[in-house]
Amino acid sequence: MHELSIAYSLVDLASQSAIEAGATRVNSVHVRLGALAGVVRGALEFSYEIACAGTLLEGSTLVVKELPVRVYCAACDMEVELPSVQRFCCPRCDTPSGDLRQGRELDIEAIEIDVPGDVKGEEHGNTGATDSQGDSEQK
Amino acid sequence: METRVLQIRKGILNKNDEIARKLRERLQACGLLTINLVSSPGSGKTAFLQRTLRTLREEGKTAAALVGDLATDNDARRLAEAGMPVKQINTDGRCHLEAQMISDHLADWDLASFEYLFIENVGNLVCPSSYDLGEDVRVVLLSVTEGEDKPLKYPNIFNSADIAVITKMDLAEACEFDLEAARANIQSVRPGMQILTTSAKTGAGMSEWLACLSQQKQARCAVV
Repeated sequence: MHELSIAYSLVDLASQSAIEAGATRVNSVHVRLGALAGVVRGALEFSYEIACAGTLLEGSTLVVKELPVRVYCAACDMEVELPSVQRFCCPRCDTPSGDLRQGRELDIEAIEIDVPGDVKGEEHGNTGATDSQGDSEQK
Repeated sequence: METRVLQIRKGILNKNDEIARKLRERLQACGLLTINLVSSPGSGKTAFLQRTLRTLREEGKTAAALVGDLATDNDARRLAEAGMPVKQINTDGRCHLEAQMISDHLADWDLASFEYLFIENVGNLVCPSSYDLGEDVRVVLLSVTEGEDKPLKYPNIFNSADIAVITKMDLAEACEFDLEAARANIQSVRPGMQILTTSAKTGAGMSEWLACLSQQKQARCAVV
């Protein structure tokens, strides 16, 4: 059960972005969770509340968007959604495919924040790829 | 007061991923092949690694190992008998290793003097799948005593691995282990994955495993 340590990482990342944007409160955090991320949704939701205590995120809502596994099927020449993570075969033609296109996501997509009226900042946050790094993380 | 939506689009484990990325660069620059061994508790990771280190030593190769456990240094002591440098990482109850722990434990080793670095992860088929340790190759072990359907029960970790090693083959007959069913289940969650069968006790399959490591090392060096 590593969801608690994941929840702490999530809260750290969201708090940092919220503080940089001058937020006084975080209302909600939107997360994308792939079916192969190795994270149990219920356990993450449970841990989230604990990890939020005493931060700008206290009392906020965690909104989880679950993403199914998608692979590329060479035979069909298209991306297909797998109905089960136990069977990596195209649901259309039954050809095995390990060419994963979606399913490992464990990302914060966005946060909804309250900012005092006089704080006018440009859009913070990174609009690049999900694995791109924020400057504040660099050493 | 104004409410607005801030786009973040970052990996939650991005701190770990970034440490792992730098670690991988550092290890590759030293010419090392790094192997992360994952499996459930009791699948024979330590015995398998012990035999691997011993055989590498006999062949005049150099390797080092980091071994993760919630507590005790029993595994490090067992592995040290193979005559290669070994360090224990105690996670103090945490169910997985993280990239920072690996980085911290490499500090006083001359990495350029090793050809292989093995990381024996905490015995757990769930949590270690989420954490990149900077490895080049992730190897998932499955022992014949665990049952053929383990890959279907833990698809995440099997799907995230590069090679599957079936261990304790010397017990296969006694356990009525159905090797073909196990192979089919591994292929079902990770089509095309290389599967090796081994016994650390008899040494069966170890030369194929070492040949596979050597191939991985050559392939990696060709890329880098």
